[in-house]
Amino acid sequence: MTEKLQEFVEKLKSLNPAWVTDVIEGHGEVTLMVPGESIVDVCRFMKVEQGFDLLADLCGADRGPEEDPRFEVNYHLFSTKHHNRLRLKVLLSEDDPHVMTVTQIWKTANWHERETYDLLGVIFDGHPDLRRILLPSDFDGHALRKDYPLRGYEPYSLN
Amino acid sequence: MSTVVENILDQTGVLDQSLESQMTLSMGPQHPSTHGVLRLDLKLDGELVVNVIPDIGYLHTGMEKLFEYKKYQQGIVITDRMDYLNPLGNNLAYVMAAEKLLDLEIPERAQVIRVLMCELQRIASHMVWLGTHALDIGAMSVFFYCFRQREKILNLIESASGGRMTPSYFRIGGLMMDLPAGFERRCNQFMADFPEAMNTFETLVTGNTIWMSRTKGVGYISTEDAIDWGLTGPCLRGSGVDLDLRRDNPYTGYETYDFDVPTEPDGDVWARFRVRMRECYESYKIVRQALDRLKPGPIKADAPKVVLPDRDDMRKHMDSLIHHFLIVAEGFNVPPGEVYMPIEASKGELGVYMKSNGGPKPERVHFRGPSFVNLSALPAMSEGEMIADVVAIIGSLDIVLGEIDR
Repeated sequence: MTEKLQEFVEKLKSLNPAWVTDVIEGHGEVTLMVPGESIVDVCRFMKVEQGFDLLADLCGADRGPEEDPRFEVNYHLFSTKHHNRLRLKVLLSEDDPHVMTVTQIWKTANWHERETYDLLGVIFDGHPDLRRILLPSDFDGHALRKDYPLRGYEPYSLN
Repeated sequence: MSTVVENILDQTGVLDQSLESQMTLSMGPQHPSTHGVLRLDLKLDGELVVNVIPDIGYLHTGMEKLFEYKKYQQGIVITDRMDYLNPLGNNLAYVMAAEKLLDLEIPERAQVIRVLMCELQRIASHMVWLGTHALDIGAMSVFFYCFRQREKILNLIESASGGRMTPSYFRIGGLMMDLPAGFERRCNQFMADFPEAMNTFETLVTGNTIWMSRTKGVGYISTEDAIDWGLTGPCLRGSGVDLDLRRDNPYTGYETYDFDVPTEPDGDVWARFRVRMRECYESYKIVRQALDRLKPGPIKADAPKVVLPDRDDMRKHMDSLIHHFLIVAEGFNVPPGEVYMPIEASKGELGVYMKSNGGPKPERVHFRGPSFVNLSALPAMSEGEMIADVVAIIGSLDIVLGEIDR
């Protein structure tokens, strides 16, 4: 971890230790595990105080139906000023796949969150327009879940 | 009006959409200026655009799902089909994500060839953008001149990889094969002709009064909004943000090349047009430097368990044959972990999020397509513009639906 990133993480931890439950390093990247309920506060702090003004990517992943918590949502932050990257990760259980939206912080989160909802079924509370985006609106299930078969359940009809 | 017509108008609700109120127009998915299968729900007040709702997904083929069922080396061919105007960029992002997980060291010659091919591909991608953008606005002849240049680059790519649109040239740990004999000579030939072609484009388009009046002040987005909407690449630099991942998060040795990052402060269609035109000259400079640096050397990393051996070695060495069999039949295991690998593709930041669980197939591959994010900012740019300008704005975003829908 570079000194600059270390500084960001320390500052975040000192402000509220409950915001970061774990710091994982690997392949030159830093991942902060953030509890689901504080993701909005952490994101706002990172954007306003630490200059991570560009949400490069937001994507979900399914760890498999036998895992608990099953889903994860990754926020890849980037700064156009100091060019550092940071990943925030939120873990969600299958019974309650809800997390607060970050669209009020970065407008770009809008489509990323819709995609994650569409393909994985993670629900972003407070999202202004949480509809399916890639799949048709009457599609059944969430295609990127591990227990969804590669070829679907039955021949899908466009009618 | 006869009662029959009145009844029909009543039932279809056309009477409610008189000229005083707003009307909804569905543009696409087969409209030629939507660059593929994009549908826009336009809410219009006369000719003024009140609201735009993009509707995507017509080209969705579930590629991210498919990655999870393919071995790492099989995934490369899927990436070709995403941004089909910049397939080498997709290849590069994907293989570099896997190489980051594997901690592979790529030899110098392979790095130089990667830079060389990617910059050629960037010029080819910008040629398609310029041709179709001009075609949308009404300048038809530019298209033919652009595609002539693109054709030359595709021929170069074909001679190296065997594929024009789907090269799959970069492999995990290096390249598919070395450059063919005579590649440098043919590339130099192209390089000798290209400045003249750029002059043609500049005279055809840049000084054109109609072109200026169609692009200047159209589709404005401010610097703050551009960052907020996550724009990257030429769209962001067209709003005055000096950001280029080749310089700011360097990869494949881009930090050792000498090039400028063009920016324009205006944030309109004209600014994005100027940025891309100037980028062609910068790519040209990088290709020149890469050609000078081509020295003989290995093109594959020294990792026999990951990289396919040479055919010649397989005939002579038993262990090469065994490695070849194992890689093809079972694949290679990638240590558990997750990486996010961003590169500067021709359209912006192309990021690959790759997660491995230790097996020969990835657990999750996510592509952050620059077109996907740039298109999401279309409503912010088009509100308050005329309906004809929406076409110009889509052209200036340089979207490819294969990457948006994946």
